[in-house]
Amino acid sequence: MRCLVTGGNVKVLGKAVHSLSRIGDELYLEPLEDGLSLRTVNSSRSAYACFLFAPLFFQQYQAAGPGQEALRCKILMKSFLAVFRSLAAVERSVEKCCISLGGRSSRLVVQLHCRYGVRKTHNLSFQDCESLQAVFDPALCSNVLRAPARVLGEAVLPFPPALAEVTLGIGCGRRVILRSYQEEEAGPSCSCLHRQHRQSHGDRDEPWGGGFPAVAGPGRGGHHFLPQGTPGTPELCGIRKLVSQRSLRCTRPAIFAVKDSLLDGHFVLATLSESDLHSPAPRSPELRRLVPPLQAHSTPHLDDFANDDIDSYMIAMETTVDSEGSRAVPSTSLSPGLRPPCSPGPYSEDNEAEASTQPGTPPPKKFRSLFFGSILAPAHSPPGPSPVLAEDSEGEG
Amino acid sequence: MPLLTPQIQDENDYSLVASLDNVRNLSTILKAIHFREHATCFATKNGIKVTVENAKCVQANAFIQAGIFQEFIVQEESVTFRINLTILLDCLSIFGSSPMPGTLTALRMCYQGYGYPLMLFLEEGGVVTVCKINTQEPEETLDFDFCSTNVINKIILQSEGLREAFSELDMTSEVLQITMSPDKPYFRLSTFGNAGSSHLDYPKDSDLMESFHCNQTQVNRYKISLLKPSTKALVLSCKVSIRTDNRGFLSLQYMIRNEDGQICFVEYYCCPDEEVPESES
Repeated sequence: MRCLVTGGNVKVLGKAVHSLSRIGDELYLEPLEDGLSLRTVNSSRSAYACFLFAPLFFQQYQAAGPGQEALRCKILMKSFLAVFRSLAAVERSVEKCCISLGGRSSRLVVQLHCRYGVRKTHNLSFQDCESLQAVFDPALCSNVLRAPARVLGEAVLPFPPALAEVTLGIGCGRRVILRSYQEEEAGPSCSCLHRQHRQSHGDRDEPWGGGFPAVAGPGRGGHHFLPQGTPGTPELCGIRKLVSQRSLRCTRPAIFAVKDSLLDGHFVLATLSESDLHSPAPRSPELRRLVPPLQAHSTPHLDDFANDDIDSYMIAMETTVDSEGSRAVPSTSLSPGLRPPCSPGPYSEDNEAEASTQPGTPPPKKFRSLFFGSILAPAHSPPGPSPVLAEDSEGEG
Repeated sequence: MPLLTPQIQDENDYSLVASLDNVRNLSTILKAIHFREHATCFATKNGIKVTVENAKCVQANAFIQAGIFQEFIVQEESVTFRINLTILLDCLSIFGSSPMPGTLTALRMCYQGYGYPLMLFLEEGGVVTVCKINTQEPEETLDFDFCSTNVINKIILQSEGLREAFSELDMTSEVLQITMSPDKPYFRLSTFGNAGSSHLDYPKDSDLMESFHCNQTQVNRYKISLLKPSTKALVLSCKVSIRTDNRGFLSLQYMIRNEDGQICFVEYYCCPDEEVPESES
């Protein structure tokens, strides 16, 4: 494999590596006919990320030497990240980047051609590996949210970087709500996107427009989304932040996607079990306090952050009527739009066992594990109806 | 500094008196060699040399020539004392290390001689701080015997070109290998870390290369932990001269321009890592 990246694309590659490094400790590099794929999965296998750089992204791209089989490899994320450690420096000084695998050296060779003729050569040791692949299909997602990546990035910015989780919901009216929860005196903070929200079924088959907005994941009721936009600009950072630091509360994985003609990125994140919402988890009283009882059931549920927004109030009035979820689970009283209007779905059985939480303990973080597997060893068929299941070929439990 | 004069005894009582309008011209240079707690100071009529050593393998010298000071008097031929550099730097930046623009901290430094403390009078905006730092018995410093006639290879680079390289050194590598050669790769920095090896090549016709005088191919390894502290000087400097002598000893000379545009030098000497056993040396 040999590929040559030039100009601003080096930084794009660097950014992609930075965002992958937020997820996993190992990087799977696989040259394919339709581009170079960089993938990673976190240690608990609850998050997966991949980028596919189209051959056009490169000035030269050769997946395999003539008569050779394409090699793939696994390297330490740290060592690959070190090559692009300072994105500012990469942007400032790197003119070309040449990545080659195979040849005599049995090293992954990353060569950076910098200003003033300086040349950095990194010979990275790697391991042979099988192909890492997560089985998921964004087309099966019942909820799709598209927004310019910048909008989503800005929506996430107000949240503290150390925040462990964030809830994404479709609020009443045409709103997407990002909400955090803190046990301390500070209440939840919310970020609300009024624009670009298109809900569920009608839009789910819409082809992914180039460079346009974001998309969302499976599960009904709208709990996740896939940002879509042109990376290589700060958007990617936003997405990275989003995916690396925040998990979404939902029964099924959320898929975040970025796509343009030259590259294609997917972040598949497990979300917290929906049973949290139904269980008498310690957060419930807090949340109840936030939403006065009067509003908790059927009245238009004003989100506390939108009190002064007449428009959203009106929209809320019009749209909350059909939100049957508001009746079904009154105890937790997130604003009704945050809950799925339907039953938890096929995952409810196993959730029940875990649902009981000791008061005072932190909210259970039941990540829906994704099961990753090799396409080489499709020995068992994915159990269950999830669109995101595949078995793990390395026998990891 | 008229304010200070009443407190100061007759100048003849002091073996060293030095005053400076802008203390940062001294503190910045000292920071560039601050990788150990203690330093040895030598003052002659030419200026002050401050030396810091580590592991008997690396030595850093900061030269602050007499011209940098507004007043510089040495009564004896040379004045030598050892001092806690950390404390000295703390005192020198007692009014803050990044002062507001337009305000300068002035310094008057006096040393009465063996056994006496170093006295610092620092003044900013009419406020005077007096510091007395105990001095210690001077220790003998290493003589690297690095003689310019034995220099085999010499390169002068713009510091910009090395700055990033040094800040990104793979610290999982135990050594930094420096190759200097009249032929390719001319000047190469290599590390051998957990992740693999990295090489950084500078062509001799690069715009970064101010001068290139290599006579013979030399490949030497230096402990990366010993060289890393020189990054402090590198960051401040505008040019760096890299020399190796016939024994493989390394000299790094950093040219540092201070806030008043004057030039000071900081020099690092480092001995090479012991040769690999195969060579039977």
